Amino acid sequence: MNFYLSAIMLGLGFVSLGFGIFISMRIFNIPDITTDGSYTLGGVVTAVILSKYSSVPMALMLSFIAGIIAGSATGFINTKLKVNALLAGILIMTALYSVNLSLMGRSNIPLINLPTVFDWFSFINDNSMRQFSILLFITILLVAFLSWLLKTDFGIAMRATGNSETMVRAMGVDTSRMKIMGLALANGLTAVSGSLITQYQGFADINMGIGIVILGLGSVMIGETMMNLLKVNSLFFRLIGVIIGTVVFRLILAVALSLGIDPNYLKLITALIVLAVVSLPNLRKKV
Amino acid sequence: MINLTDINKTFNPHTPQEVRALRDINLHIANEDFVIILGSNGSGKSTLLNIIAGNILADKGQLTIDNQAVTHIKDYDRSKWIARIFQDPFSGTASELSIIDNFRLASIRTKKKGLTIGINNDFKKTVRDKIAMLGLGLEDKLEQPMGTLSGGQRQALTLIMAIMDDAKILLLDEPAAALDPKTSEIIMQKANQLIHEFHLTAILITHNLKDAATYGNRVILMKEGSIAIDKKEKVTINELHNWFS
Repeated sequence: MNFYLSAIMLGLGFVSLGFGIFISMRIFNIPDITTDGSYTLGGVVTAVILSKYSSVPMALMLSFIAGIIAGSATGFINTKLKVNALLAGILIMTALYSVNLSLMGRSNIPLINLPTVFDWFSFINDNSMRQFSILLFITILLVAFLSWLLKTDFGIAMRATGNSETMVRAMGVDTSRMKIMGLALANGLTAVSGSLITQYQGFADINMGIGIVILGLGSVMIGETMMNLLKVNSLFFRLIGVIIGTVVFRLILAVALSLGIDPNYLKLITALIVLAVVSLPNLRKKV
Repeated sequence: MINLTDINKTFNPHTPQEVRALRDINLHIANEDFVIILGSNGSGKSTLLNIIAGNILADKGQLTIDNQAVTHIKDYDRSKWIARIFQDPFSGTASELSIIDNFRLASIRTKKKGLTIGINNDFKKTVRDKIAMLGLGLEDKLEQPMGTLSGGQRQALTLIMAIMDDAKILLLDEPAAALDPKTSEIIMQKANQLIHEFHLTAILITHNLKDAATYGNRVILMKEGSIAIDKKEKVTINELHNWFS
């Protein structure tokens, strides 16, 4: 049981990543590979700040800001230097590897005897219950924030940018600026996920972000498939779908591990799950 | 309202694909003019419209709108004067957004898109009343995604969206070309009505000579990137036929 609870908690930790991918991939239609780098960046900044200053709010805030900077850089390269979005993301992701390594000064920082976000809610005695409540609380905050943001005039302009650029420019929106801000927000959220997972697992590692973009994408798509089956497509439920998606994805991986699959195959399984989610609807359409 | 002075535009300059789309265009369009632009494909009509809208910038020449120099101003900044109706109904609206979201964006075309929620019951009522004027029964479908509507319905809504916020100029690039004859007629009539009712300066590109003879107060024929004929009055359909023979 604890095994599955920790899978659910990991899933909740990845919700912020799922929202990041939802914004870049679904709202802006930009395949943003920066994610792998900005996720690690969030973890690295958190580990460095916690080791030096032992301040959890500062670690979370600076991770978010670091992700925003990384996303803005990708957005700038894409829109102002006119480099293909995929390539722009890969460039920043590659550059971030060096940034992350130099920030940490080594390839791994453990968070032993340091305060983390999971020390909050100290009135809850049970360890797992406290961690779960904190992650759930953060998830609720994120949903509230995003469902508000996407409904504002700014949010409508953001959603329209990814949908019909011609229309939105005719409506007086600077689409380049909007894309930069969108990628900034997406990567900021991704970095927050990196921060949470680092605090949950108790260490930051230079390789923690490898393939994370696929995990995010798979989660978003699982969530979408489920929401489509339930025939709910309002913005709020699409966000809820992302949460369900990340949790379900982690549960599938947990089941795979409990069946005795070598953890070395975890990325392969991740890729196969995403392939299945992506391709099955297409196969069904043809019949 | 709109002044073009010595406007030139060449696509792919110094290559074998070089096209001189506009040559020394001088054009003065007065306030509340309704100009019809005719011309065969490749005559430069759309380039002219796009230069006014700002999504193509001229190589040479000056452009003023409402007595302000706008030659180097970006398309999204020109939206404070200009509303556009595109040939493709899908270009003028965002399909994945609901009708009400599309209208919200249109209602703040000239304003800042800030962090406030603008869709409230008052706004919904205003939009519902405006859409009801079309008589298409769309006023009860505000939450429906734009993409679920037909091309004609979308084009009709785009017209209403154009007047949701202050507009001085309406640019119409073959707005009815992708529609069936009946819908096309309804759209043109509605456009004409709005142009007069809101005292808009309008430019309409069309291949339909009947529309060209019916609407507007000025007809321009473009040929090979230049203005071949410029009549500052209505032109009969017979005369228009002669222009093309």
